[in-house]
Formats: sequence, C-alpha cells, structure tokens
Amino acid sequence: MRADTAGQPRRTAALTEQFKAGLAAPICLTWELTYACNLACVHCLSASGRRDPRELSTAECMRVVDELERMQVFYANIGGGEPTLRPDFWDLLDYSVAHHVGIKFSTNGVRLDKRAAQRLARTGYVDVQISIDGATAEVNDAVRGIGSFAMARRAMDALAEAGFGEFKISIVVTRHNVSQLDAFKQIADEYGARLRVTRLRPSGRAADCWDDLHPTAAQQRLLYDWLCARPDVLTGDSFFHLSAFGSPLPGLNLCGAGRVVCLIDPVGDVYACPFVLHEQFRAGNVRQPGGFARVWRESELLRRLREPASAGACASCGQFDACQGGCMAAKFFTGLPLDGPDPECVLGHGQPELASTCLPDRPRPSAGHSRTGRAAPVLIPADRIATRAAT
Amino acid sequence: MHHVAFDLFRAYRLSPAVSLRAEPFGALAYHFGTRRLSLVKSPELVTVLRLLDSHDSAAGALDAAGVPIRQRARYAVALAALADSEVIGAR
Repeated sequence: MRADTAGQPRRTAALTEQFKAGLAAPICLTWELTYACNLACVHCLSASGRRDPRELSTAECMRVVDELERMQVFYANIGGGEPTLRPDFWDLLDYSVAHHVGIKFSTNGVRLDKRAAQRLARTGYVDVQISIDGATAEVNDAVRGIGSFAMARRAMDALAEAGFGEFKISIVVTRHNVSQLDAFKQIADEYGARLRVTRLRPSGRAADCWDDLHPTAAQQRLLYDWLCARPDVLTGDSFFHLSAFGSPLPGLNLCGAGRVVCLIDPVGDVYACPFVLHEQFRAGNVRQPGGFARVWRESELLRRLREPASAGACASCGQFDACQGGCMAAKFFTGLPLDGPDPECVLGHGQPELASTCLPDRPRPSAGHSRTGRAAPVLIPADRIATRAAT
Repeated sequence: MHHVAFDLFRAYRLSPAVSLRAEPFGALAYHFGTRRLSLVKSPELVTVLRLLDSHDSAAGALDAAGVPIRQRARYAVALAALADSEVIGAR
C-alpha cells in the first residue's frame, strides 16, 4: 500500500505500530473468485487449475460484497485462478462497484476481448491488471504457457483501443525476467499503462520451482537499485526485505498479514495473506456465522499475528528495523523459522538455514487445484534467454 | 512534499467522494475519485474533518473540536495536506 499521510502529530514509527496492531478492516483484501484457470503457470501461488465444487455461489459472493461495504473495505483485489472464467464475473463486478467496493482484478487476458474492454471502459471504479512474466513470448511462455504472451498483448491492445485509460501490467520478478525490467517498463509506457512488479513467493506451485526461479543475490541488488530509481513503478509493498540494502522502498515496509492484509479464497476460507494457503494460516470461513467480519475481528490466528512479534534470530541485526525480518510466507514455505531471517535476506543471513532445509522437508502448500495430465511449461536455462524486448 | 497555503478562515468540506473509516489511530480516508488512500493520524483530526461542513471556517471547526489556538499551525499543515490530496476542499 502506498498511502498519503496527513496529520503528522505523531511519528511514523508510532503509526507503524498501529498498523502492526491491526485495523478495523483490511486495506488490502485479496479475493480469489475461482481456482479454475485456463493457464497452468509453473509458479501459481494458489496452485490453480480446476474449479472447486465448493466455490462460493453468486448469492454468497454478493453477501460478501455487502459485508465488505458495511466494513468499508474500499476495494478488493480480485484474482484466482482466472476470475473472468466465472460466468457471473461481470455481474459480480457491477454489483460490487454499485456497493462502493471498488474492484481491481488480475487477469491473464483470456476473456478480455474488444467487447469486454469497452464494457470495462464504461464502468467506473475498476482497475485491470494484466499479468505477464516475460517481456518476450520466449521468457513469458516458458513460465505461463505457450501462447499466453500473445493472449495478454491482445488484451492490452483491446483495453488501449477501448480507451480504458491507465491499466496495470503485473510482473512476478524471477531469475529469468529480472534482466527485462527496462523492457517491461517500455511495454507499459507504450500503452500508457502502469508497471507493477512483485516478489516471487514459494507458495502454491512455486514451492516446487522457487529454488530455480527466485532472483539471485546479485539480481536482488540490481532490482533494488532499479526500483529506487523508479518510484512510479508499483510493487504492492512486496519487496520490503530489500529495504535492508539502504533507504527503505516506498510503502509500509512490514508484513501486513492479518494486520492490513488478508485473503478470501474461492471456497470462502480466509487466510492471513494471499501467499500462505496452508491450514496453519487459515483464520476461518466467510460461511461461518458472523461472516468475514467476525473472522477478521475474532480469529485467534489473526489476533496472534497482530501481537508484537519477537525479532528472534534477527534481533541482533542492525537492519531489522528496515526489513522487519522479511516475508512470513517466504520463510514458512522454505522451512525457515518465522522469527528469523527471510530466505532472501539481502545480508545473506537466511543462507545457512536455507541450505539446511531441503524441499521434501518443507511445509507443503494446501488447497492445490492443479490439473493433472497436462504438460507443464518447460523452464529454459537463464543463459539461453534473450533480454531484448519484442517490438 | 510541497506545502500548499491553507487559509484557516475559509469554509471547507469533506469531499463527497471521500469515505472515512474509523481506526484506532484516527481514520483512513479513501477518495473514490482519485482512488487514493490517506491516513488521518489522530482522532482529534477526524473530529475536525467531520465538523468542517457545519462551520463557516476551518478555524471555527478547530474551535468546535476543542483544538487549542497554539496547536492551530500544526493542524493547518495537516489540513493543507488533506486539501492537496482532495480529501477536503473549499466550499
């Protein structure tokens, strides 16, 4: 979250403490509408593919929107799976906007044809985010599947042609695309779009490829410098572990899980954040009496996350104030202690622990909906990837 | 951060496009037009915002909220920032 601040009587540090203690409602609510997806990205954080028969019905989704309106959750980040595959997606979008819950949705572009783009251009209070993970079809399709780059570009063309205005292009930074940052920015600039880059977490299917895909230490430094020079690039506050390099990146610079962030998954389960789909971080279900509001306010798990946390092994590190120990999900799914360094700690403090955990010993993400019997995209070696953007 | 001149003796109002959500530290102000989220960092400032519309000047709202005159300058800075992000506007 990047917010303006007004009313400076108190120091920012005091405000950070307030955020740590939790808010009356989330600021950044992610709501995944379906596990169904036309793609099978190797790093899908929700391990999506097949629809879950228990997914919330249209009426149930509308009740959740009603609740979000009452709680003054100003907008929801809609994802999946591929949310536009739900036949009621457009109705839910209209319903939500009419109830003062703005929609920011992520899509791979599969349903974003000219007609849909025109419809979106007419709807107020909707943000669209198109996901790509390479600035070229070669790099993108290796992770997201053959044809997915062309599909995303078609959707971007449709939005531009419909006069939608500024949409977002969203990238998960990997070892293979970090060298394309300038090319991504160029694509965004060409469309008048906003670039958003976020961190790869070892969640969902990414648990199995994180070791090969997460940026190297040298690439993290490059990424930090690149972001510092481009404050107009959005990050979803996901790179706060990089703040230990020096001056903090814009944003909250703390783990928002259960404090300002949470996830509602397609079956109504509420998790502390979008990257911890594991029963240990499941706070409740919106179908329970009291609904989402009660889960947010009363869940023991969320309350625990709002209590002051021990810095643990990081207590003696001079940079703890900058990085706050990093990302809970990254630690959890790499088998690291939650009160210790991030596996990608820029000072290398996560390395010894990371080297001692091997993949089979790490916690397995739950709620997998991957399709079987389908060829997964093939990873290509970094040295074979062209870094020039497609023109 | 640039500072806009803020005239305490003009009439202001909370933007009709803004929704205030009470929080332990004060409030979150969300502008549905600009889609920007602002933090209102004290409950006293929230009270002032809610009083703006019913007073002929920002100073009047500050008085009604019980803000001592010696603190006015500090509040003027906060109000200027909120005016800058269109949370409040002159009427």
